[in-house]
Amino acid sequence: MRTKDLVYVALFAAVTAALGLFPPIAVPVLAVPITAQSLGPMLAGAILGAKRGALAIALLLILVAIGLPLLSGGRGGFGVFLGPSGGFLVGWVLAAFVTGWLFERSWSTLTYWTGAIYTFLGGVVALYTLGIGWLAVAANLSLFQAAAGSVAFIPGDIVKVLIATTVALAVKRSYPIIEERSDG
Amino acid sequence: MIELQDVTHRFGDLTVLKGVTLELSERRIGVIGSNGSGKSTFARLLNGLQIPTSGHVLVDGQNTRHQARAIRRKVGFVFQNPENQIVFPIVEEDLAFGMKNLKLDQSVISQRIDAVLERYDLTAFKQHPAHLLSGGQKQLLAISGVLVMDPKYIVFDEPTTLLDLRNKRRISQAIAELSQSVVMVTHDLDLLGDFDRVIVFHDGRVAADDVPRVAINRYKALLCP
Amino acid sequence: MMSLYSPGETALHRLPAGTKLLGLVLAGTSLFFVADIVVLSGALILVCGAYLVANMTVKTLFAQLRPILWIVLILFVAQAFINGWQAGLVVVLRLMNLILLAALITLTTRVSEMTDTLEWAIQPLGWVGVDPRKISLVISMAIRFIPLISQITAEVREAQRARGIEKSIVALAIPVVIRTLKMADDIADAMEARGFDADPR
Repeated sequence: MRTKDLVYVALFAAVTAALGLFPPIAVPVLAVPITAQSLGPMLAGAILGAKRGALAIALLLILVAIGLPLLSGGRGGFGVFLGPSGGFLVGWVLAAFVTGWLFERSWSTLTYWTGAIYTFLGGVVALYTLGIGWLAVAANLSLFQAAAGSVAFIPGDIVKVLIATTVALAVKRSYPIIEERSDG
Repeated sequence: MIELQDVTHRFGDLTVLKGVTLELSERRIGVIGSNGSGKSTFARLLNGLQIPTSGHVLVDGQNTRHQARAIRRKVGFVFQNPENQIVFPIVEEDLAFGMKNLKLDQSVISQRIDAVLERYDLTAFKQHPAHLLSGGQKQLLAISGVLVMDPKYIVFDEPTTLLDLRNKRRISQAIAELSQSVVMVTHDLDLLGDFDRVIVFHDGRVAADDVPRVAINRYKALLCP
Repeated sequence: MMSLYSPGETALHRLPAGTKLLGLVLAGTSLFFVADIVVLSGALILVCGAYLVANMTVKTLFAQLRPILWIVLILFVAQAFINGWQAGLVVVLRLMNLILLAALITLTTRVSEMTDTLEWAIQPLGWVGVDPRKISLVISMAIRFIPLISQITAEVREAQRARGIEKSIVALAIPVVIRTLKMADDIADAMEARGFDADPR
């Protein structure tokens, strides 16, 4: 990794932390409030690519684990990982990686809709797979029950997929970071 | 002495420096020119942050093309925005950064930190978060971070552009007091009065190279013909 | 930098971070194999006792549980409905034990001590090519960037208000991301100008 890559990794850990400072948006139709923070993993992957994006989110989780209250609502410490929804946090790393990997693969031919599909695959499909599996184990539920308990969050996450894609493609046009390189 | 030998630099199709040859040996050298004249690129060439497309930059005989690492220890660099060169959250940690890169002893590191904080009246801020400093204090911290590495030359790239008048005076006084050789790119013509030499860049070439009064007049004539 | 650490001089505060973390791992693993309500309740009493030993107030203890209160309640109801109330109680007790124990470590350990322990723990990664020095570097940089990004966000928001754009997260995020990426490039230059070498040979 070049000096620049290290700085990008630290930057997107900080960007994701800063997103946690936004107050949650309550949407009347949805049962659960939307927090801006889970935009972070999608943006990190879509803007920095798989490796740097995943490292940035992993770095944020390290900062949280050592006791900084950087998750939305001022949460932090080890406890957040051990709760039933811990998989949705660890899953952020996977979400950034999958989104980044898909963006890297088709960087030069990316359109809004392919970008949105890739962000959805990383930021929702990959994230929920891990999160729901974890929830089922931690709370002693069947996968179906765990999934049923998580669907309420999906509409909010789809809104975030669309936002993250718009932002990532605008950044791609004016300040592209992922380039077509095989060495990453 | 820093020498430029027939230096040309391009970014893609854009040629920003065109065959510049200079010998820089005075203690205080000012560099002026309109935006896009190539003066910032010129500054970045001096410590190997930028390697010229063709030609050579020599610092005390060492070529930036081959010995950029050694040259960066000799040529300090202060950027326009102090915010963008403070790397660590706490003042003391940030000052230690460059010296740790030089692999200096911990005792030397703490001694130099205390000395430089004392010099710029920042001792009270040693354990402070850097982001709570004022704009002028941040630029003093940035200069301190370079000074503790004990460079022989210091290049400044518009160090006062983002500061208010009072901080501008403070920084220019701090620069005047430095024992190092200084090359300063600036838009603040009044900083250059006491300088030994002023170089005017225009369209990638040296348009004037003289004592401050003559060079500045030439620059003004270029801007408003 | 704000942190969740609650200063004190008790035995739990003085215990090395590594020991506490190891304890958490062991306790967490054993809890997973226990399904007895009496044993789990006993464990919970012990954990609450540990809060007293660490000089924490009852208010602090409940504050640790508040973020998971709703999840725990929903889980209990769901479990009670599907597998009976005993199963619900087991899941809830297990979770409360884990969360309280983990939170106690966070409350009694300084961030700097955690960072040191982390650096020590990742020493072996040096053999597979990961530089532990870089990990503490990016940790520090991220902490430095958080207030900087908040400041840039505030500046961009103000500029947009002046242009009549009120509440668009997209219109806010794009300029903030681009400005911070440019800042990152400048910082990388400044680090190299100060003799930093990402891969020293």
